[in-house]
Amino acid sequence: MKPGTRAGQADAQEASPSHGAEASDQLYERLSAYAGRPAATAGTGRDPVNAPMIRHWCEAMGDTSPAYRGPDAVAPPTMLQAWTMRGLSADPEPDDGTGRSAAYGELLGLLDGAGYTSVVATDCEQEYLRPLRPGDLITFDAVIESVSRRKTTKLGTGYFVTTCMDVRADGELAGTHRFRILKYRPAQRKSAQRKSAQRRTAEVEKEPALRPRPVINRDNAGFWAGVAEHRLLIQRCTGCATLRFPWLPGCNACAGQEWDTVEASGEGTVFSHVVMHHPSFPAFDPSGEGGPYAVALIELAEGVRIVGNVTGVPYDKVRVGLPVRLEFLRTDPDLELPVFRASEGG
Amino acid sequence: MTEAYRVGDELPPLEIPVTRTLIVAGAIASRDYQDVHHDAELAREKGSPDIFMNILTTNGLVGRYITDHFGSAAVLRKVAIRLGAPNYPGDVLRLTGRIVALEDVALEGENRSLIEVAVTGDNRIGRHVTGKVTVAIPVAIPGAIPGAVTVAITEGGGA
Repeated sequence: MKPGTRAGQADAQEASPSHGAEASDQLYERLSAYAGRPAATAGTGRDPVNAPMIRHWCEAMGDTSPAYRGPDAVAPPTMLQAWTMRGLSADPEPDDGTGRSAAYGELLGLLDGAGYTSVVATDCEQEYLRPLRPGDLITFDAVIESVSRRKTTKLGTGYFVTTCMDVRADGELAGTHRFRILKYRPAQRKSAQRKSAQRRTAEVEKEPALRPRPVINRDNAGFWAGVAEHRLLIQRCTGCATLRFPWLPGCNACAGQEWDTVEASGEGTVFSHVVMHHPSFPAFDPSGEGGPYAVALIELAEGVRIVGNVTGVPYDKVRVGLPVRLEFLRTDPDLELPVFRASEGG
Repeated sequence: MTEAYRVGDELPPLEIPVTRTLIVAGAIASRDYQDVHHDAELAREKGSPDIFMNILTTNGLVGRYITDHFGSAAVLRKVAIRLGAPNYPGDVLRLTGRIVALEDVALEGENRSLIEVAVTGDNRIGRHVTGKVTVAIPVAIPGAIPGAVTVAITEGGGA
């Protein structure tokens, strides 16, 4: 992590798998080349470790420990990163003492240029090897440890960047600081503006959250045409009669490209499931409140499996083997989806 | 007279009101001038409903929670946190902790108990923070530590 001012936080944990499908990720190939390169070289702390900053920190945190006061005071170990922060200074310059490397600047620049302009901090792992005392001069070096593939989170789509910093006091290693940020493209601008407008006008009417729209293309158009007629269609290879789902251009068994369809009877059982607790997606929660909801892998009577929601029972009553029956749910005026109703009432 | 720490012990919860003052003071004390930590209008423009606490403040509060409990002779060795639901003004952060590992080691020639605590912090939105903290406390200094304990000596730290 560069030692600058980019520390934030938010709902940045990865979202449900249904949001995460990303076909090609060419940017990742370019970003991942930066792993192992320096993030900061020979950075120096803006100020030596000092009693006033320690006191301000303790006052803010409500930390009354006597270890951080008096003639033998040490700095709270959790201040480690604070000593490396640039503070309220202008845009980075080569000699601004932050030591930020050209490589790290390029990496962030690539992300900014691709629209991933926002940043939040998600993880901080620190190890403290020796106490910091007033007067200690801080220096640091950091490396870009890794860049993730593109991930979709509640905040938006982006890339996690992990850096690891060695912090030295008077030249001696005093601590290590691993830091992870999400560089992302905000996903909720519209909804935030709406919330903001609501605050200003005291308007309380609430728009329902909408589910994401399906991406319909030549390979799956037949499936969605079936849904529109309330038929769940499974592809069948006309060469070897193997059923397949989800829809694909070719047969995984014989590589045949010719196919027809079989309409699912609608009977199935829960093969596996997960419960989505956080972050909340109000559109997926039957109550619209964003509470937990179950995402199940349904094994249809025909033998293929499909991901979907289970209705008719609370999320915590979904279990492996639960018999379900297909039905179609209109989630909003423009979207209808196959869902699966538990057929034994719990 | 001393009460031994044991794996599985729960720390008393600590509830911290998340005031606007705490968020701003924590950001400035950590030299973090990102506008989302002090300017509500700019935070909203960036898609956040309000300003929110920065990760350094959460880190500091987690550290304080542990040293408040184990006493001023306790020294933090590791703090690792992951953030989830943001801390917005008006919320309350409720920190809880549970001892998950204990061992005695020699550090710089002195015997210490290394205690690893799993920490969680919840607010009304959900889980704000999950983390693990390793803290070293002196062993058998009469009266200094309310609960020093000696357990089997093993190598290495936790987390």
